[in-house]
Amino acid sequence: MTFNEIREAISNQFSGSVVQNDELANGQIEINSEHWLEVATFLKTDPKLSFDQLECITGVDTGDDGPLQSHYNLHSMEHRHKVEIIINHDRNDPKVSSIEQIWRIGDWFERETYDMFGIVYEGHRDLRRILCPDDWEGWPLRKDYETQESFHGILVPKIKEEEGWE
Amino acid sequence: MTVDFLIDLFSKFIDIPIVAFLLAVTIAGIPLFVLMALNATIAVYVERKVSAFMMDRIGPMGQGPGLHAGKWGVLQTIADALKLLIKEDTVPASADKLLFKMAPFIIFIGAFLGIAALPFSSVLQVVDFNVGVFYIIAVASVGVIGIVMAGWASNNKWSLYGAMRSAAQIISYEIPAGLSIIVPIMMAGTMNLQSLIEFQTGSVWGILPNWIIFNNPFSFLAFFIFFISAVAETNRTPFDIPEAESELVAGWMTEYSGFRWAVFFLSEYANMFVVSGLAATAFLGGWQSPIPGFFNSPLWGLFWFLGKIIFLIFVMMWFRWTFPRLRVDQLMHVCWKVFIPIAMLNIFGVGIWKLIIG
Amino acid sequence: MVLNIGPQHPSTHGVLRLEVTTDGEIVSKITPHLGYLHRCFEKHAENVTYEQVIPFTDRCDYLASMNSNFGYVVAMEDLMEIEVSERVQYIRVIMAELNRIASHLLALGVYGLDIGAFTPFLYMLRDRERILDMFEYTCGARLLYNYMWIGGVSHDLPKDFEKICIEFLDYFEPQIDEYNNLLTYNKIFIERTADVGIIPADIAISYGVSGPNLRGSGVSWDVRKDEPYSIYDRFEFDIPTGTGEFGTLGDCFDRYWVRMLEISQSAKIIRQALKDLPGGDVFETMPKKIRPPKGSIYRRTESPRGDLGYYIMSDGTPSPTRVKMRSPAFTALSCLDEVSSGWMISDVLAILGSLDIVLGEIDR
Repeated sequence: MTFNEIREAISNQFSGSVVQNDELANGQIEINSEHWLEVATFLKTDPKLSFDQLECITGVDTGDDGPLQSHYNLHSMEHRHKVEIIINHDRNDPKVSSIEQIWRIGDWFERETYDMFGIVYEGHRDLRRILCPDDWEGWPLRKDYETQESFHGILVPKIKEEEGWE
Repeated sequence: MTVDFLIDLFSKFIDIPIVAFLLAVTIAGIPLFVLMALNATIAVYVERKVSAFMMDRIGPMGQGPGLHAGKWGVLQTIADALKLLIKEDTVPASADKLLFKMAPFIIFIGAFLGIAALPFSSVLQVVDFNVGVFYIIAVASVGVIGIVMAGWASNNKWSLYGAMRSAAQIISYEIPAGLSIIVPIMMAGTMNLQSLIEFQTGSVWGILPNWIIFNNPFSFLAFFIFFISAVAETNRTPFDIPEAESELVAGWMTEYSGFRWAVFFLSEYANMFVVSGLAATAFLGGWQSPIPGFFNSPLWGLFWFLGKIIFLIFVMMWFRWTFPRLRVDQLMHVCWKVFIPIAMLNIFGVGIWKLIIG
Repeated sequence: MVLNIGPQHPSTHGVLRLEVTTDGEIVSKITPHLGYLHRCFEKHAENVTYEQVIPFTDRCDYLASMNSNFGYVVAMEDLMEIEVSERVQYIRVIMAELNRIASHLLALGVYGLDIGAFTPFLYMLRDRERILDMFEYTCGARLLYNYMWIGGVSHDLPKDFEKICIEFLDYFEPQIDEYNNLLTYNKIFIERTADVGIIPADIAISYGVSGPNLRGSGVSWDVRKDEPYSIYDRFEFDIPTGTGEFGTLGDCFDRYWVRMLEISQSAKIIRQALKDLPGGDVFETMPKKIRPPKGSIYRRTESPRGDLGYYIMSDGTPSPTRVKMRSPAFTALSCLDEVSSGWMISDVLAILGSLDIVLGEIDR
């Protein structure tokens, strides 16, 4: 299926699920976060789409006051087509339903995005930090992240513009 | 030259029997200890070189006599031994200290007692038991107590796993080893090691030496079962699961360092020496020359005996650097479902052979 | 009993901690704990310029740095729509395939080590050494190359590189038989790996397992063939897949065997590339200023461990907004619990070895 057909299929199945966004490049579809679980199930199970492989989940912080985003790169082993799904999250309360039980790799990808951006994947059975220690504070890859003063008594060195490393 | 001879000798000069006895035992024991240490030193060096040549490397090359960058690395093991002796002897805080410290020596004692009964030549043997074979098999299993002690006392999960695996493995493999050594005993009709060797004098059809391994097909098979079980009993690859490096870090030796660890190492090589010695005695004619009728003086006997042991140890090294490691259940499978039935059939077969052919 | 395998353990291939719940020797549950080698690759990448990201990619998959570089520069060139000169394309393919051989050799050797065979490991490292020598001869580095740059490569090939490379291939290809005789056809090795750790194809796809691990499960999927990037569509090569030769399809042996077969396919590609290698300048297509247009791209390439994807987002400034690396070892490790529960401790390490993980890439 071509990209437009995929887009058609989704918007026909769930009206209002596809968000109109002219800034998106070819191959990207923005989905309403409320519809994501149904859309994901549809993408995986529909025999014409059959996106059986979740290639990647990328969290993105669009900066300043912009939203946080999750980018899902999907690929179908059967039909050899692919699509990128974008979901916007509210910066102050980022959450979306988890697709961990649809694509099993979603488990770790969602944990990673949660770890780095603090996006809460609702329904995830084991949402813990994965790369950072469990008691790490803050969401490291957000643009407004500020490093901790110290971690377990170890001072975190900070860059001062003039003096170099402290 | 046995301990009995020494006791008699000293009794002539010393009136108190216990002093004479202790003196005789000490004098006989020291060369054995030196032999063990030498065996370990040389075997470690040879193992390094053998593994190096098998792996297309050159092995240790420094530490030669005279200069640091000497030839062939002959002093490498000495340097290592020195390093081990001066290393800190750590005991984990939560270990059972008494057992932890005792374990290496129990393993050592097992190996040491075994060496004492080996017939190095027709006149050179520390103790000549009338149940020599039985004795060696018995003391060889003392070591497993030490291993379980070491594993338990270390208070470490890896050690415990290693110890349990080792106990299961050694006890299982004693059965095929014991069953297959019954074959030479049946044929010679004795458990005395010297008589066993004397039984193997002469030649078969004038070409082959009259060793038990060449005597009949059953004893030929029995040798291989015995030898493989012996490899398993000494925890060597492919049966090194108790100390499987990639699985259990170092098994029951994980928490040991320095001198205690060196004692483990010494015992491992001494154990190899003992089981190879038993295999050589029972199947390969002991100190008998491989050319029937020639080179059979006691000194040559020593040479042949050590030569056979060294060859068998070399084969063990060869195994180690060629084979991958078995899994626990596969190891047990090999023992209980393959070796033990074959070994039992062997006993049956050799009985019939002896009945019909003699 | 809860057993902690790692972070320091001989066969976790780095600093990985596996929290293993066991019942005797049988493993009932595995929880991997990652992050011991987390070096904030993605955070670093946001604070440096696009070309400065390349050395960081080296350090992710340090056993196949060329392929890590390759993935990044391919994604960048697609984002900036640069046409790269022919010679550069060929050089890149040669380097990437050589590095694939090197990486697979290490993977196979270390796998032998996990099973307990020491000698094949050294045989394979001996031959890997010659590949590293060639890399050193070309770009001066043996492990972390920083060789492929956006639009070009850092150094042209030395004059006699073709001769050295052909000599190496002539020497190397017969060596594969030696490995097979020593390790692959060893009865104990087959016993240990066949029928162990079976990953069925649907589970593998669902877990995002890729590369040789996926092909070991019988799925014919290779980015080089199915989504050709660079100039891979010009070469003839096969995609070996698992057949369950000694056991079940998708067992450890199949994954091992696919890697072994891939080595000779890579050698085949290198021979073709060396034959067609055009002349020219390797710097001519290198852009003066790297400032990609606003937008984002997700591009994947075939690294020795599987689909290595880069998600790069640009906002028009000299440094990226977001660089995400989709690492194949990360996804492969995620299926460990599913695959290895119910097996023994020894098997868990055999399965872990057969997945060929590199912790630098998992933790980034």
